[in-house]
Amino acid sequence: MAAKPPGEGPFSPATLSEQILSHAAGQRVWAGNLVVVPVSRVMTHDSLTPEIIDALRESLGAQHVHNPDQVVVVIDHVAPAASVPTADAQVRVRQWVAEEGIRNFYEAGAGVCHQVMIEDHLVAPGDIVLGSDSHANAYGAVCAFGTGMGTRDIALALASGRTWLRVPETLRVLGRGRFLPQVAAKDLSLYLCGRLGLDGATYQAVEFHGLDWLTLDSRITLCSMSTELGAKAGLVPPVGQAVQGYPVPQWLRLDEGASYANTLEVDLGALRPQVAVPPEVDYVRPAAELGNVRVDQVFIGTCTNGRLEDLRAAAGILQGRHIAAGVRLLVIPASHRILRQAVAEGTLGTLLDAGATVGTPGCGPCVGRHLGVLGAGEVCLSTANRNFRGRMGSPEAHVYLGSAETAAATALTGCITDPTEL
Amino acid sequence: MARVWLFGDNIDTDQIVPGRYAPYMTSEAELGKYPFIEARPEFVRQVEAGDVIIAGQNFGCGSSREYAPRALKVVGIAAIIAPSFARIFFRNALNLGLPLFEVDLRGRLQDGQAVTLDWETPALWVDGEAVRLPLPPAWLRQVWEVGGIAEYYRRYGTLPVGGAG
Repeated sequence: MAAKPPGEGPFSPATLSEQILSHAAGQRVWAGNLVVVPVSRVMTHDSLTPEIIDALRESLGAQHVHNPDQVVVVIDHVAPAASVPTADAQVRVRQWVAEEGIRNFYEAGAGVCHQVMIEDHLVAPGDIVLGSDSHANAYGAVCAFGTGMGTRDIALALASGRTWLRVPETLRVLGRGRFLPQVAAKDLSLYLCGRLGLDGATYQAVEFHGLDWLTLDSRITLCSMSTELGAKAGLVPPVGQAVQGYPVPQWLRLDEGASYANTLEVDLGALRPQVAVPPEVDYVRPAAELGNVRVDQVFIGTCTNGRLEDLRAAAGILQGRHIAAGVRLLVIPASHRILRQAVAEGTLGTLLDAGATVGTPGCGPCVGRHLGVLGAGEVCLSTANRNFRGRMGSPEAHVYLGSAETAAATALTGCITDPTEL
Repeated sequence: MARVWLFGDNIDTDQIVPGRYAPYMTSEAELGKYPFIEARPEFVRQVEAGDVIIAGQNFGCGSSREYAPRALKVVGIAAIIAPSFARIFFRNALNLGLPLFEVDLRGRLQDGQAVTLDWETPALWVDGEAVRLPLPPAWLRQVWEVGGIAEYYRRYGTLPVGGAG
């Protein structure tokens, strides 16, 4: 059959993933089909770029990348370099970037890869974007099909400009109502992890409906955290104030009647602040029910929750107050731009006055490599996305996950605290 | 004789190789020292080429790090058998030519049990009996048989997808 644009013909209705992959494949494709599609962008970061270069040149025998303008390289995972091996690796990455003529290169301090990709409009609605990082699902915040892949898949995409994908089934999350004050998108994400489990959406896409009012910052949180459900992509329909300024193709829109594998309705007004308990992201409890959990460190940052909205929420709670004795509050803005804005508007000053310390924009201690690694027996409340054993340092440390609001409330009291109960 | 290494559900990539032991932080040459370095330290001391991992659901969840399955391949793991795999881990293992079989064998085999992987049938031989393994789609087997995605791409000049629905 001849291809027709999805959404306007006999192939309609389609999920957002089916629309994007059909458009790229040049024919209507359905969940379950295997497709080879061109990619709009390929993002790699410092942690894996050296081995991607090896895979590209040595394993695949490709002399150069297919199109340097498709490629984005970000130094964020160990930024700035923390050791001689990481510094040497970064020297190699910079040389390769220069040799290949890759213009979209972001130095240490520019920010977390996913944040700069979205801030700098390197992803657009309807794009297919690959990242050498599992949280590339974040690009679904602007309704791009963003997905994470490993070294050889990324190298293949760099060499060929294409990738293969199985068109995913879609889990629809239908939000009803609005969050209560001090309840955030992170709480919805953690609630979903607790309800569905770490493989609750494996091989699927997750679409978030009923959230047209949600900010871009919060959409990034939701889509990024869809990775923790095992999802291939997380997408928010491209409507609302949040995506103003991003070009939405005419063919990309919510199709009433598209076929979903499952629909989960969530009463947002009933949602309370949630916390993931170590050592898995789906061990989720309401923050108010945790009892007396003392913390040594509170970390506000990462691609999940290091944005201006998060810093403002924390500053709102900490305004005119000081964090508890014996607690370290580490704030790492997700990008240089966010850091500058937080300085300019006074948000950062409020956090510093409350006793926070600030790190270079980037991934910080999320992966346990630098800038706030935990020792044995230490407890951290983090706004990041993973709390696996050993994730932030010692395998004997304990990482709890929560929103920026929960993080600020916890820094204030020294124990994990529901921010609505302050 | 090859043996079984039994693991539970949701074995994440931070357990397989913690981010602090990535080649970026150490070196590619050291990678074989680190699989399960903290989660199960005896693994790397005792593992031998041909050993098989049998695990629970969602094996390999977490990050995109290909060095997790690469570390298992480097120490000689012949196959991983689990009822389900996380999607990026599945792709990475496929790309490296590390066979995965989607079946739950936790109730049938024990940790440390002697086994032999018969890739052709495919089956695990245990005490003279064959435990059948599900036959992966032909295109997956083709990638494994040539040794991984890079070898496939160099040989055929295309991506492997087609016909598997």
